[in-house]
Amino acid sequence: MILFVMAIKLLAIWHKMKDNLISSISNAEGFKNNYGVKQLNNIFELTDLSYQVGDKKILKNINLNIEQGKYITFIGPSGSGKSTLMRILASMISATSGEALFKGKKISSYEPTDYRRRVSYAFQQPTLFGKTVKDNLEFPYTVRGKDFDRDQVIKFLNYVNIDESYIDKSVNDVSGGEKQRIALLRNLIFPPEVLITDEVTAGLDADNKEIVHNILNKFNQDDGLTILRVTHDDSEIEQAIDKVTVKNGEVI
Amino acid sequence: MANLTVSNSTLALGFILVIIALVIGYWQKLQIDKDIIIGVVRAIIQLTIVGYVLKFVIKANDVWLTMAFFVIIVINASWNAGKRGNGIPKAFQFSLLAISVGTVVTLGTLVWTGSIQFIPEQIVPFTGMIASNIMVAIGLCYRNMKQSFTDRHQQILEKLALGADIKLASEDIIRESIKSGMQPTIDSIKTLGLVALPGMMSGLIIAGVDPVKAIKYQIMVTFMLLASTSIGSFISCYLAYQQFYNDQKQLNSNLLS
Repeated sequence: MILFVMAIKLLAIWHKMKDNLISSISNAEGFKNNYGVKQLNNIFELTDLSYQVGDKKILKNINLNIEQGKYITFIGPSGSGKSTLMRILASMISATSGEALFKGKKISSYEPTDYRRRVSYAFQQPTLFGKTVKDNLEFPYTVRGKDFDRDQVIKFLNYVNIDESYIDKSVNDVSGGEKQRIALLRNLIFPPEVLITDEVTAGLDADNKEIVHNILNKFNQDDGLTILRVTHDDSEIEQAIDKVTVKNGEVI
Repeated sequence: MANLTVSNSTLALGFILVIIALVIGYWQKLQIDKDIIIGVVRAIIQLTIVGYVLKFVIKANDVWLTMAFFVIIVINASWNAGKRGNGIPKAFQFSLLAISVGTVVTLGTLVWTGSIQFIPEQIVPFTGMIASNIMVAIGLCYRNMKQSFTDRHQQILEKLALGADIKLASEDIIRESIKSGMQPTIDSIKTLGLVALPGMMSGLIIAGVDPVKAIKYQIMVTFMLLASTSIGSFISCYLAYQQFYNDQKQLNSNLLS
């Protein structure tokens, strides 16, 4: 009988030890997971990413990690695949092979409209929609089912040195530089997590370029906005800290 | 009916009119003589067959036979409208739904209000009129839509890039395409009786019907065409625009001309 009781006690102790062991292993895995999350400082992780149209390979096996909060300048000759890469990251097109992760998940697994509000793409020669400047600045609100907030818009117009009287101006009455700045505000009124700018300063004069640089720097430094910039501008390339060169569809 | 004196021999003599068109085509080197001949031969054969078939259907006065004729007209119109889709996937299916709904709603309303009776000699010609008008409207919608997506693809890309849903990004194009389908009907209404006496009204008058009665019928036909082209354009445009995007809500560049 005593032996029987001892045997049961021993069995109970063994079970307890086993539970503790399992628990410590799972904690260790938890730690590993936490460590993994820490690794997700990479906002984008691209693995063997390729893009092909017919037989033509525009991007060839791109492997690239992009850290959150960085201001990265993509350089390289025209037709090297920079814009294609940016369009894939903005979910405007999909890679034909390889993997593109945003915050650890495939870009294609996100709801596209939701994703594009988080990763916003600004075009080189934007068109202004509708009839007035307001039609454009109201668009981000319409997209989100919100009412136009005039005060907030005025605040943003100030960032890019545009007077509030422009809100009711016809889109035909704004200059090229103003057009680009207004278009950029469409991307920024609801700040995204990543802003991709595809040669947005091309064709702008020095003053306009300066205004665009200032607002992008402000959002990058104050709000931690990750910026991916494509440019051919010598002074921008010179001033850039983090650069990625794309040549013949490959990252060098 | 006494006014109608078209016999086989008068028709044959009337062929002189075709020869005039052929001579102009040949003389001016328009290279359309072949098309004219093919067109005329087809018209004669098709109309002859339809004439005899209609005669049979009207004589039989059978509900199922009338329905079958209705279905044939609708499918045929959808097939032709689908071809005008010019590469838009599922253009036939969309046209079939648009033409079916447009025709059933319009024809149903006319029968329900007592404007026409459910007898073959009324149902078949009205079905033909409605379906062919929707067919033309849908063709215009598809053409306008494809052209607008091509012309304005940059603006659509920008709207998508700002997080717009495909419906919001295409809103202007959908609206304009529906309008382009309805516009010819609206334009023709404005000049009704002033420039042209429409085919149906003319037909009734030639057949000896009192012009005031013929006008009543024409007014009803006008209402009918307005409703049917708006229903057809609306349905086809709202279904077709989605084909310009893939499942990732990206613009389908293969469809742009």
